[in-house]
Amino acid sequence: MQFGIFSVGDVTADPVTGRTPSEHERIKAVVEYARLAEDVGLDVFAIGEHHNPPFMPSSPTTLLGHVAARTERIVLSTSTTLITTNDPVKIAEDYAMLQHLADGRIDLMMGRGNTGPVYPWFGQDIRNGIPLAVENYALLHRLWREDVVDWEGKFRTPLQSFTATPRPLDGIPPFVWHGSIRSPEIAEQAAYYGDGFLHNNVLWPKEHVQRMVSLYRRRFEHYGHGSADQAIVGLAAQLFVRKNSQDAIREFRPYFDSSPVYGGGPSLEETLEQTALLVGSPQQVIDRILAFREYAAGDYQRQVFNVDALGLPHETVLRQIEALGEIVPVLRREFAIGRPAHVPDAPTHASLKAARLATVEAAR
Amino acid sequence: MRRTLAVVSAGLRQPSSTRMLADRLAGATRRELERLGAEVDAHPIELREHAHDLVNNLLLGYPSRELQEVHDTVARADALIVVTPTFAASYSGLFKTFTDVLDETALVDKPVLIAATGGTGRHSLVLEHALRPLFSYLRAVVVPTAVFAAPEDWGDGGTAQGSLVHRIDRAAGELAREADRRDPPTINDPFADPTPFEDLLGG
Repeated sequence: MQFGIFSVGDVTADPVTGRTPSEHERIKAVVEYARLAEDVGLDVFAIGEHHNPPFMPSSPTTLLGHVAARTERIVLSTSTTLITTNDPVKIAEDYAMLQHLADGRIDLMMGRGNTGPVYPWFGQDIRNGIPLAVENYALLHRLWREDVVDWEGKFRTPLQSFTATPRPLDGIPPFVWHGSIRSPEIAEQAAYYGDGFLHNNVLWPKEHVQRMVSLYRRRFEHYGHGSADQAIVGLAAQLFVRKNSQDAIREFRPYFDSSPVYGGGPSLEETLEQTALLVGSPQQVIDRILAFREYAAGDYQRQVFNVDALGLPHETVLRQIEALGEIVPVLRREFAIGRPAHVPDAPTHASLKAARLATVEAAR
Repeated sequence: MRRTLAVVSAGLRQPSSTRMLADRLAGATRRELERLGAEVDAHPIELREHAHDLVNNLLLGYPSRELQEVHDTVARADALIVVTPTFAASYSGLFKTFTDVLDETALVDKPVLIAATGGTGRHSLVLEHALRPLFSYLRAVVVPTAVFAAPEDWGDGGTAQGSLVHRIDRAAGELAREADRRDPPTINDPFADPTPFEDLLGG
């Protein structure tokens, strides 16, 4: 099972000190989080993509390319890549280039974006969100698998005899996850291709997450990629840990209360009870994460945590990543207990390469 | 056949004339449906009890468990009665919030009886100017008779449109007949029956 951190790259004022970091500080800080994540033994670092303030990561492959050069093991991913407003040709090119530079240590998570005006800024219409996600990904999927592509769709210029370069490393396309909070069409899409499905269950209650993930698992089996419990499931969570749970609650509360996501709604205590928000002592948090198998409707493959949003100060975020370094070995041990052997790990470049080699040899 | 009736009241006080009107309408509709041979389950829904959950639903984008049950009750009902007090020449904000967080298809082809209370009979066109267009927008089948109760209606009730009891009975008869000639509503569950991906690809 993979564990990691993801950042949406928000540049938010610290509600306690009132200080807003500069974009430069945030960009450099996020790189530091990725490096520390690797140092403490995490598996994945993911960055979002946004094209409006208060977010800074408009150019994720530039950032990830830099992180790739300064790390050695950690898998670099996205949270999410906008499959709706980006040209799929550019995604194919950018991420194939990143894949080569990172020696295969990348994957992507597709998302539709959460801001209406982003669509018209890139010449699209939010009412086409799902059709864009479907058509653009269908093209991207082919561009990484076919050397020469003829294409005609609704949303971009037709392609005649087009070759996306560089070709994927070792001829193996980057693994793709699809993220969606409430669109069954996206769970269906992930299942159809046999790709991964990640639910950002930070914001929605357990019953809803179960329904989305169960749909994906059922349809994954329907489309012949394996049994439902072999589908590739990821979950996200927001985490804040201190040695004592009271300290964690006291310190996190002002960030919760002034959050544009949580503030003004149910209290911190109610939210802790009803959602996957994790605030407490290491042991409390471990117990709750182990119960996330209920959200995922079974054993799952990837768990990512957000630790740097809401204006939390830099030093505090570093302590959170260090805390994850101590929590994750316990989670690895506990999640392994009773996990059936036929439940796969999340695919990596190395595992996909080995699987292809095995298929080729079996065919001889 | 068993029929269910959801009865939404947006009254804020106890006792509430809005709730009183809702109960009268529910009782009359039950009688009419039973006369047509149905067994009736009536589900009263007091929006006051869900006021905080309604605001949270707006803020978070999803309902609490209790509010989800209310959504389900409304979606499954064969007929819906809604009663709001008149605030500032319209339905109350709480009442509108309830309609704002309903699934946009929850009321399609559903027989709905609209009703309101107010401090004076001069507010009675709130039904025609505010409630009827709102429920038409939601593609509900709003029955022709809408019922307004002003303070004087609880007394001798003599108005140009006839007594309150008479209007309640007429509206309840219309609602019962609309419910009676329909099949029970089918609930579309996109998680149980997803659109096959080939259809999505085909656009």
